[in-house]
Amino acid sequence: MQKRAVVTVVGKDQVGIISKVTNVLATHEMNIHDISQTILQDYFTMMMLVEMKDKERLDDLLENFQAIEDEMNLTISVQLEDVFQAMHRI
Amino acid sequence: MAIHQTEIQETIRMVQMESLDIRTVTMGISLRDCQDSDFEKVKDNVYNKIVDYALNLKPVAEQVEKEYGIPIVNKRISITPIAEILGKATVEQAIELAKVLDKAAEKTGVDFIGGYSALVHKGMTKGDETLLDAIPRALAETKRVCSSVSIGSTRAGINMDAVRKLGHVISETAALTKDENSIGCAKFVAFCNPVEDNPFMAGAFHGSGEGEVVLSVGVSGPGVVLHALKRYPDADLGEVADVIKKTAFKITRAGELLGRVVAERLDVPFGIMDLSLAPTNAMNDSVAEILEEIGLESVGTHGTIAALALMNDAVKKGGAMASSYVGGLSGAFIPVSEDNGMIRGIQDGSLTLDKLEAMTCVCSVGLDMIALSGNATPETLSAIIADEAAIGMINKKTTAVRVIPVIGKAEGEMVEFGGLLGRAPIIGVKPFSSEKMIKRGGRIPAPLQSLIN
Repeated sequence: MQKRAVVTVVGKDQVGIISKVTNVLATHEMNIHDISQTILQDYFTMMMLVEMKDKERLDDLLENFQAIEDEMNLTISVQLEDVFQAMHRI
Repeated sequence: MAIHQTEIQETIRMVQMESLDIRTVTMGISLRDCQDSDFEKVKDNVYNKIVDYALNLKPVAEQVEKEYGIPIVNKRISITPIAEILGKATVEQAIELAKVLDKAAEKTGVDFIGGYSALVHKGMTKGDETLLDAIPRALAETKRVCSSVSIGSTRAGINMDAVRKLGHVISETAALTKDENSIGCAKFVAFCNPVEDNPFMAGAFHGSGEGEVVLSVGVSGPGVVLHALKRYPDADLGEVADVIKKTAFKITRAGELLGRVVAERLDVPFGIMDLSLAPTNAMNDSVAEILEEIGLESVGTHGTIAALALMNDAVKKGGAMASSYVGGLSGAFIPVSEDNGMIRGIQDGSLTLDKLEAMTCVCSVGLDMIALSGNATPETLSAIIADEAAIGMINKKTTAVRVIPVIGKAEGEMVEFGGLLGRAPIIGVKPFSSEKMIKRGGRIPAPLQSLIN
């Protein structure tokens, strides 16, 4: 079953964040539908809407992100899109 | 419709910074078909049925929490009140059954199993009496079993014989677990007007109106409400209620979504959403601090009940809009040991047992996780239960008493329960006796439903 998920990345701005994060998505064959990024007071904030093909590989994905989080001191979260729909749309 | 960036940020902020979580998914399992004339068979039936249904509860809930990025803190089981299946069992056998429940809880990896319970608000059967006699040792000799007893209701009145007995049950439990700060009492609650579908512990049981198996969800989020209010320091009280309502709505929607996904994957019907604000000892995850944010210098001072009434009602209104099936206790919990603000209130002298009692008139449950001095007599404990039950009976609401007379500790000392149960300053009880009233026994008749001023 295909599902869309929201990936958010927050942390101090530095070289290579987008490259590293999207690389992981590419190796998991996850297509990016939408991407937006801003810098607020030196803080990098990126949100991506991605296609989640295989929920079974979520653990793998989270592990890969964990490595980037540790290396670059970022917070990365992956959440299925439904939860945002439920909370913010009637 | 596309989700806006600020909305995504709001959700992330709620989870990462404001302790938004699903407090519990609780699987209710009927054990009524586990009865047998051979008690060994009853034990096997109970164990097998619980493990059969609930084995996947924890892994599935953990997978869902990972996918949606919202923590599901506790996974629990509630069962048919055990007194109903005890039949002619002895007290020893009833204690053995508690150990079987403990084993089943351990096997399924849940943190608590609730329903070592009896409903005796009008009278006691043989099975009920056996269960009440077994409670102290059952709680002392198990880790995850929670027990509750209903001793009153608006329709039946208050069974004062049972209330009298419970004073001794609590005292005995405290004595049997005195080496661990009388922790056994933290797993026991006395109820008036209990609900059959409460997913929260220690009072969860699977009522007789429920189906074979059901999954209910308890959401929480005092931290989220607190932070939302902090953004409106100058709002009037109507607007404060509105902010709480909107926040409760969002929290509840997230909870219901996750609950339904868990239920669907387990192939179990979805029961109810309980949208209680339940505090934890995490920073800023406190109900007391919400009341203080509304404008009280310290919880327990004059105005506390008005603020609590406003908050409790707003939580219900927001939650009721958000979910199709609201149930359980739905409102605000005020457990002292699990709420840093409440603990501070008692230490500062603004919050007292009397005020806590009054607060239970307008919030969802009752006297919860209150550490009392160890010299409280069984009759005093019974009298505290009777007072609280009277509040519930007359106001047609659920009230409960979960107090811990900590053996060897006196007023003003601190006691550590550890983990989710937190820590609490010991509150003293009145030195005057209630013994004569409690010893009278009998039943307090059900109240009039008209002439209600």
